[in-house]
Amino acid sequence: MYFSKELLDSSSRMRQRWEDEVKKAVAKWPDQKEDWTTVSSLDIKRLYTPEDIKDLKFDEDIGYPGQYPFIRGNQVTGYRGKFWTFRMFSGFGSAYDTNQRWHQLLKAGQTGLSTAFDFPTLMGYDTDDPKARGECGKCGVAIDTLEDFMVLVDGVPMDKITTSMTINPPATALWAMYCAAAEIKGIPLTKIGGTIQNDMLKEFIAQKTLMCPPEPSVKLISDTVEFGTKFVPRWNTISISGYHIREAGSTAVQELAFTLRDGMEYVEDVLKRKGLDVDTFAPRLSFFFNSHIDFFEEIAKLRAARRIWAKAMRDRYKAKDERSWWMRFHTQTAGCSLTAQQPYNNVVRTATEALAAVLGGTQSLHTNSLDEVWCLPTDHAVEIALRTQQIIAEETGAANTIDPLAGSYFVEALTNEMEQQAWDYIHKIDDMGGMVAAIDKGFPQMELADAAYKFQRQIDSNEKIMVGVNKYVTEDEQEIPLLDIDDAIETQQIERLNAVRRKRDDKAAKKSLNDLKDACKKGENVMPYCIEAVKNLCSVQEICDVYREVYGEFRDPAMY
Amino acid sequence: MEITKKVRGGDVRAATRLIRNLEDRIPHAKDTIKHIFSHTGKAHVIGFTGSPGAGKSTMIDSVVAELRKRDKTVGVLLVDPTSPFTGGAILGDRIRMQRHALDPGVFVRSLATRGALGGLSKAVGDAIHVMDAMGKDYVIVETVGTGQQEVDIINHAHTVVVVLVPGMGDEIQAIKAGILEIADVFVINKADRDGAGKLYRELVYMLSMVDEFPGGWKPPIIRAENIFDADSFQRSLDELTNTIGQHYQNLIDKGLLGDRIRRKAVLELNEALLAAILDPVLTKLVESGEMKEMTEKLLKKETDPYTLAEMIASRYLVMPAE
Amino acid sequence: MAKRKLRIMVAKPGLDGHDRGARVLARCFRDAGYETIYTGCHQTPEQIAAAAIQEDIDCVGLSCMSGAHKYLFPECVKQIRALGGDDIQIIGGGIIPKQDYQLLYDAGLKGIFTPGITLDDIVAWINENIVPNVKE
Repeated sequence: MYFSKELLDSSSRMRQRWEDEVKKAVAKWPDQKEDWTTVSSLDIKRLYTPEDIKDLKFDEDIGYPGQYPFIRGNQVTGYRGKFWTFRMFSGFGSAYDTNQRWHQLLKAGQTGLSTAFDFPTLMGYDTDDPKARGECGKCGVAIDTLEDFMVLVDGVPMDKITTSMTINPPATALWAMYCAAAEIKGIPLTKIGGTIQNDMLKEFIAQKTLMCPPEPSVKLISDTVEFGTKFVPRWNTISISGYHIREAGSTAVQELAFTLRDGMEYVEDVLKRKGLDVDTFAPRLSFFFNSHIDFFEEIAKLRAARRIWAKAMRDRYKAKDERSWWMRFHTQTAGCSLTAQQPYNNVVRTATEALAAVLGGTQSLHTNSLDEVWCLPTDHAVEIALRTQQIIAEETGAANTIDPLAGSYFVEALTNEMEQQAWDYIHKIDDMGGMVAAIDKGFPQMELADAAYKFQRQIDSNEKIMVGVNKYVTEDEQEIPLLDIDDAIETQQIERLNAVRRKRDDKAAKKSLNDLKDACKKGENVMPYCIEAVKNLCSVQEICDVYREVYGEFRDPAMY
Repeated sequence: MEITKKVRGGDVRAATRLIRNLEDRIPHAKDTIKHIFSHTGKAHVIGFTGSPGAGKSTMIDSVVAELRKRDKTVGVLLVDPTSPFTGGAILGDRIRMQRHALDPGVFVRSLATRGALGGLSKAVGDAIHVMDAMGKDYVIVETVGTGQQEVDIINHAHTVVVVLVPGMGDEIQAIKAGILEIADVFVINKADRDGAGKLYRELVYMLSMVDEFPGGWKPPIIRAENIFDADSFQRSLDELTNTIGQHYQNLIDKGLLGDRIRRKAVLELNEALLAAILDPVLTKLVESGEMKEMTEKLLKKETDPYTLAEMIASRYLVMPAE
Repeated sequence: MAKRKLRIMVAKPGLDGHDRGARVLARCFRDAGYETIYTGCHQTPEQIAAAAIQEDIDCVGLSCMSGAHKYLFPECVKQIRALGGDDIQIIGGGIIPKQDYQLLYDAGLKGIFTPGITLDDIVAWINENIVPNVKE
């Protein structure tokens, strides 16, 4: 027991007295509203006391940093040795444009790179495919072949800087380009570090960047895990993402539960398909969470996530290496919490969310820019967002001590409650036969659609407040400068692509694509074949077309 | 009539509008059906049924692709439920068929049930006629996937395909509830899943309990797998398409096609009679306020529904003396 | 005898899969009593146009979050008109900066809906501005 019986008894007496006082006070001055809930509609009590965490066991449930259950973080020294990585997601226009933005961010004190690709690249299409019309460079950088990639990483010290690439269905192709680029620059694969998002389950659940059906998609991911474990040991081959699940409208608990269950699905597939020992690959699994506007709910979510994962890895998958029990994660503040109205308010929202992520113990952080509701961020807006992190790190004192909210009656009780609700979801999905089966039934998709619809209705009825949207609305609109992507980029990119096609050794390119196809059919690991193909200047689409041909194309069943 | 000519010429806009008028029960649409009716009866009508999530739409999508390869034209009717609370509907099955959107040989039309009595919306029966009159070689109907509609499909289709998937938990129940009787072809979708073997054995067992099949057609069971190999999935779809064709041929050879057509004719006559006799009476009763008065009387227990019905019937129905 | 039902299509042209808004809208339209056809993500303007014609749609709602609306929305209008859908109203929503409004109105969009608008506002707008495109 966390508290002595005497203390709980006296707490109970004091609470009764307080409750009587509350009744009287409320009779005189009623509460402003009836329901006090989190942004995800979890009920919150007026006050938390020792009685709310009376069953907590300090050694098993809380403990110390760097020790099971890791609720207080993986690092024994917290942020004192090293702050979280300031990692701003960026990418737009051509490879050249993005490369310039990267150099500017590194100069401004950013400590890791993070790549946003444009939609054709994200979906595995070349810029000149009819489906790609109008999209080139709009939401990120356009990459068709290794030639573009070499421009992207020009002057980037690939052995010193870690790079994160937000890429999913074509992850094998883009990671192959990173590996090939390193080789060309004379940097061994053992020296490069970074992350590919490479999490298809959350695409089926939430973001809908779709290519092949779930089963072969998971197989491709297991290929990268195996290849990374054997040849690129500093690479995180998957970033199991709750971010998009949350952005698609889930609650905090759903984000927590579905993300962790996704992670378990990947672990199970690698164990089953590749026969690797869990401790050889589990330490390289990484996660990616959203930090939304409800301050304590987010902190509790991140703390609960670490504890659930530690338990699952130790007890469910029998991992023995402590590093397998660690949950390492990147966090991004919530894009969906930002408002188009009164956009400067977004700076305040982002700062609050960033602080929650830090108090929740994130290893890496992206802060959104105030204009991201409207467009890709302008240079100035990105700078403010980066400075927000730097102010939290250097001025606020939030990094002084480890897990400062531990022991708070409220935060511990909320952490417990969210963990319990997440396990309920996880067991439900287990009963369905795992996450692929649950997705097949449309279960997580339906849960999200329900939650998103409910939230929109709560906003429409003023049950939940968004400042500037349904309260404190102003008539005069604040104009902010927006970044406009030049439509001419598309033509230039198509010219570049055509030039590559003219100059490459077509026979070698075709042969490497055929080899890749055979590997797919035989169930071999595709990574060595992908690297060969990109070196022969095969395009992202050519590689993805092989997958589509062999594994079939998946279309969103869009269940309701 | 202009519209008849257009529909018979395969004009999609005219056809979809006619279907809409039939759904909305616009009187002149009925007149058009009268003109079209004599030009129907050429298409092979296939019904796809099975529980929601069994993969009916995906299956239909692939059958359509296969039929197109064989140069056949196809009409597809997708039925989704109307919300009983709002009268609205989300018609989402089209998503799986959008790759055929640009093919002029494929016409896909979504319909809401609109709470039609007796299951399949009455408009579906009419819409089949419209697509048939357009000259489509095949008309495929996808049912909602729950309840009575599953069994009603037999009144409209020449060939009924029942799609099952392992692991849903309720397949065997569905079979027991009457699906077995209406199935001409079974498909076990995702047959590489755990539980597919059990489902297959259950089906075989249940079919073995049947003494005699009409026309000697014992419903074949096709297993569709798709994991890791689009080719093998396509092969099972070829098999399904061939089997559907064989079933139709068997109906013709054994002289059973007439029975199916007769069944639909009886149903349609019933529905048309109901519409022709009941609708005008109901309209009158509602407009005159008599309906409300009668309801009040019922609430006060002053009379009973049978007495009222007999009274109304004797007012409007003049039975010729025998 | 029965009232005309509005037939509305919610479509997502382009490659962006952010369908939260589109799906919330489709449910909202169902709850408003419309028959709502949802095409799913990743549709080309040609596919959207063909579907709108085949389904006898009164109003097509386009959703785009990727910034490609300047190309995709006008192209959808063009394709729908090319197939003879002259009486189909087209509206658009998503992340659309003010500076692009005129271009989209000029291209033939009847309404533009951006973040912050309520579902009820959209339904009210449709009830006021969209009528079933059938004569009788």
